Amino acid sequence: MPNLEATWKEASWGGVVYEAGNSVEYITGGWRSFRPIRDMEQCTHCMICWVYCPDSAVLVKDGKVVGFDYDHCKGCGICAQECPVNVKEPHEYTGQMGKVIQMVPETEFEGW
Amino acid sequence: MAKSTVMALDGAKAVANAMRQINPDVVAAYPITPQTEIVQNFSQFVADGLVDTEFIPVESEHAAMSACIGASAAGGRVMTATASAGLALMWEVVYVAASMRLPIVMSVVNRALSAPLNIHCDHSDSMGARDAGWIQIYAETAQEAYDNTLQAIRIAEHPDLRVPVMSMQDGFITGHGVERVEILDDEEVKKFIGTYQPQHSLLDVDHPATYGAWDFYDFYFEHKRQQTDALSKAMPIIVQVGEEYGKLTGRRYGIFDPYEMDDAEVAIVVLSSTAGTARTVIKALRQKGIKIGLIKPRVFRPFPAQELTEALKNVKVVAVLDRSIAFGAMGGAGPLFLELCAALYAYGDGRGPQVVDYIFGLGGRDVLPAYIERAAQDILHIAETGERGDLVRYLGLRE
Repeated sequence: MPNLEATWKEASWGGVVYEAGNSVEYITGGWRSFRPIRDMEQCTHCMICWVYCPDSAVLVKDGKVVGFDYDHCKGCGICAQECPVNVKEPHEYTGQMGKVIQMVPETEFEGW
Repeated sequence: MAKSTVMALDGAKAVANAMRQINPDVVAAYPITPQTEIVQNFSQFVADGLVDTEFIPVESEHAAMSACIGASAAGGRVMTATASAGLALMWEVVYVAASMRLPIVMSVVNRALSAPLNIHCDHSDSMGARDAGWIQIYAETAQEAYDNTLQAIRIAEHPDLRVPVMSMQDGFITGHGVERVEILDDEEVKKFIGTYQPQHSLLDVDHPATYGAWDFYDFYFEHKRQQTDALSKAMPIIVQVGEEYGKLTGRRYGIFDPYEMDDAEVAIVVLSSTAGTARTVIKALRQKGIKIGLIKPRVFRPFPAQELTEALKNVKVVAVLDRSIAFGAMGGAGPLFLELCAALYAYGDGRGPQVVDYIFGLGGRDVLPAYIERAAQDILHIAETGERGDLVRYLGLRE
């Protein structure tokens, strides 16, 4: 991770990045204005959200979706758009019908 | 003195020969009048096996500079050439090359910008690119165009700089005018330019690097500050390379070329080929006892503000000759005038000379000695009366 306090004399010339794969250390979750929330009970683990997420922010363990990487999820909403599963019961977080993944305004969460 | 051969060459062929001797790893270029001859001659050298260069005949100038950027980031010694609309089409990536600190050398054969369509010389093209972060060097003759090309490699690749260099000559006047040019022996050029040691290479998979990555409000500002710092350090390096080249060839190069300046009361400041015409006029006026001198800036970026202020401190009136217009700028003046005025104000201690600007030679309009003599008479009159009159005037315009 580059030193975020580096002065202009210390920063690498031309912004060249010398560490491979360090974009993971660049926290982009702060850009998010809507947060994807998944109904964990009604999710079928079809992995469509994992396939479509442009930031690899859908976390999967042992073939199951386990959550979102909110440090890097920018809140684009593609996962919610592409989620093919409609809930049969109201969504466990929003209480609304619709998709298993639903977008919730960030203002509803602590730390906003 | 190093061995050299005298040849009859125009400016474009002189630069093509310099490129042959430099033998860059990659040249990506697109032909455009009046630069075409450089690319055409260089591609012949490639076809004849005289260079090892990977020559990429791209589909546009934007592609040319983009390919140069990739090749330079890969660690290659990279060159290209362009003019006018070609340089304008490159615009976006001209900045990228400088911002990534890639020491690309680009030969520009100055030509007017459209419209209406014009293929002849003025400085609108390279002057438009003056703030792009490149070092800019202007040549008066084919010899200087050749010499500057070789020096540009050393300047651009200097480890303290790593800044791309644009090397200019006047379209057709210099580019297509055959002159006596001394070409160094290939081996001497090889020794002078040395082997390029890139700081990093995209091809070095053991030390991976990313160029042109995301650079937001948290770092972009610092990187721009670095660029301006690099340009501010360029002048002594340009001088040092020019002196070294002088030891090799007998042709020393500095920041600007003064002529009859020691006791000059008035002076003309002009870039490139017109300096030759101005020198002839000044020589004739000197024979009449008129104390007039000439300064031909060679380096325009970085702008030699303090050096020019010092050189002009005892002069009463200066006529700047500009071969382009900075439209909408003070008085509709040209860039050389604007920069010089700013320099005299910032460093002149409130005592600098009066300065007037002459726009001349747009779209290849001929510059006759009589025009320059008119400017000389004007500034002598101003020196005598103290009345400056119009800030910006025109030479050779039907009025």
